[in-house]
Amino acid sequence: MRKTNNVIKIKDFKVDKGLPFDQEYNFAYLDENTKKMIRRAIIKALCIPGYQVPFASREMPMPYGWGTGGVQVTASCLTKRDTLKIIDQGADDTTNAVSIRNFFKKTSNIKTTEITEKATLIQTRHRIPETPLKKKQIFVYQVPIPEPLAFLEPKVSETIKMHSLSEYGAMHVKLYEDISKNGHIETAYAYPVKTNDRYIMDPSPIPKFDNPKMNNSPAIQLFGAGREQRIYAIPPYTKVKSLDFEDYPFDPFKAEHACDICGSKNTYLDEIIVDDAGNKSFICSDTDFCNKRKNK
Amino acid sequence: MYVAVKGGEKAIENAHNWLSEIRRGDVNVPNLEIDQIKEQLTLSVERVMSEGSLYDTDLAALAIKQSRGDLIEAIFLIRAYRTTLPRFGTSPPIKTEDMVCMRRISATYKDIPGKQKLGPTFDYTHRLLDFSLLAEGNIPKAEKRKVLKEKIPHVLRFLNKEGLIQKEKNNNYQPKDITRNPLEFPANRSERLQSLSRADEGFLLALAYSTQRGYARNHAFVGELRIGYVKVKYNIPELDIEIDIAEIIVTECESVNQFQGSKKTPAQFTRGYGLTFGQLERKAVSMALVDRALRWKEIGEEFVGAPAQDEEFVLSHCDNIQATGFLEHLKLPHYVDFQSELELVRRIRKEYEKNK
Repeated sequence: MRKTNNVIKIKDFKVDKGLPFDQEYNFAYLDENTKKMIRRAIIKALCIPGYQVPFASREMPMPYGWGTGGVQVTASCLTKRDTLKIIDQGADDTTNAVSIRNFFKKTSNIKTTEITEKATLIQTRHRIPETPLKKKQIFVYQVPIPEPLAFLEPKVSETIKMHSLSEYGAMHVKLYEDISKNGHIETAYAYPVKTNDRYIMDPSPIPKFDNPKMNNSPAIQLFGAGREQRIYAIPPYTKVKSLDFEDYPFDPFKAEHACDICGSKNTYLDEIIVDDAGNKSFICSDTDFCNKRKNK
Repeated sequence: MYVAVKGGEKAIENAHNWLSEIRRGDVNVPNLEIDQIKEQLTLSVERVMSEGSLYDTDLAALAIKQSRGDLIEAIFLIRAYRTTLPRFGTSPPIKTEDMVCMRRISATYKDIPGKQKLGPTFDYTHRLLDFSLLAEGNIPKAEKRKVLKEKIPHVLRFLNKEGLIQKEKNNNYQPKDITRNPLEFPANRSERLQSLSRADEGFLLALAYSTQRGYARNHAFVGELRIGYVKVKYNIPELDIEIDIAEIIVTECESVNQFQGSKKTPAQFTRGYGLTFGQLERKAVSMALVDRALRWKEIGEEFVGAPAQDEEFVLSHCDNIQATGFLEHLKLPHYVDFQSELELVRRIRKEYEKNK
């Protein structure tokens, strides 16, 4: 019988060296070869804005669909000098944001913050902060379905061709059909954009309210899709345009209320049911922005 | 005023503590030991090793214990551990013709060199609950038999000799490791087989079943199913010697399927191939059927649009760790997206009312 009881080995190591468990792993969990492979994909992605670069996504200790792509991109960009902020639905204290932040704290002992301006690297799910991003910040999106054409054509082997030939007619027809049926483009989040006048790109499921923030941003924007094994990027100061028609211009709407906590009128709001009668309250989804405003 | 839900960190900690407690169950019942799982739940252990793509019975048993017996969760634990292991190198292909078989059957020939060996199988058992196991009754002793070490030839070899089955060509292709390279389409057969070998058993079973029921119908015979021990060899580059590094149990299935022939080729049989870690007969046979269905293009068959023929459909959805992760992410908060949809639906309804 072969004996390979790795579990015992790890335990022994812990006792012998007196190290905390997590130093068993490399800085930011991934080994350096994997990071190198991911960094290469990121560089390629930055060179071809909006183009989906295939990469050999690893299995992570959290489930696919829970930010494994974003986590791998963050792990590959993180240095010991970085200050990390993690948000989910705009908030720092939602369960998955807490979980991912703790993962990086454990595996890299990195400084973390909830304050957007203080972060050098921000990983997000479904929101772009209200505080404008700055030069030298890296902004990492978690992406479930990187292919904006997937809902028109599920086969990746086909969508690759459509992208390479800029064959985007089907997308425009879909948007047109929406308008002719309902007078509206029926996409409220993950609203497709065209990056650098070339590739149609999925901005991840951010509300379309956030789309304009991507345009000409001084920050580096990276998108990681772990399960689908794709990385794409928007380099700083790149044109990002939400798809629309001249007579039906893009409309980044939000709930027509002010925040019930800080009073902000131009931030994206969460809708909350406060009692059995179904009465509603509206509060900023960006908790950091809301706290700062409230305390002013 | 309403204060948004806070304290995620504490809630997560409490939830995890509760999980540990409920995993252990009633403390008056003895703690389940890894050896018990390893020895008595062998087929669970083997499924976890197969779909986890890591052959280690101790770790698989630990994963099953930790996951409260949820095998997909256990497979996930093994996969996540597996990715952290360094790669020292690649072993040459295992030689299943050298297998020490504990079970070897053919459904195509009554008698064959090497004989039919039933081995430890559920086949022919009557599925009646055995209440004596409640009291841990006597175990009937299996008749002792020397493990036959002689080589047992593959059944399909005999069809091959006659030229009745499609010849598999060695294209000298160095297989790409699908766990180190992104899967791209069209995939070749090597990558396809790698994916199928770690695919979800239930998914493969359903697809294979669909081919039996007429979705890309291709009646399959189990040409051979063999289960047993094979040696894994490794060449130490510094010394240039080949050593045995492990002995593992695998299940191999070769299916024989009829093919009517085309203008280019006369009628002949074709094959599908299934190989898994452990004794996973259902999965190996399913894999062979699905592999065969996916080979339509190479064989010159018609694409009838059946799911089992569609490589991109099969390979993109066969991995249960990817599937379960994406499915379960629906439990994560989606407040922001839902709010934007609420707003959109309200707007559309408002206009509808106006125009009525």
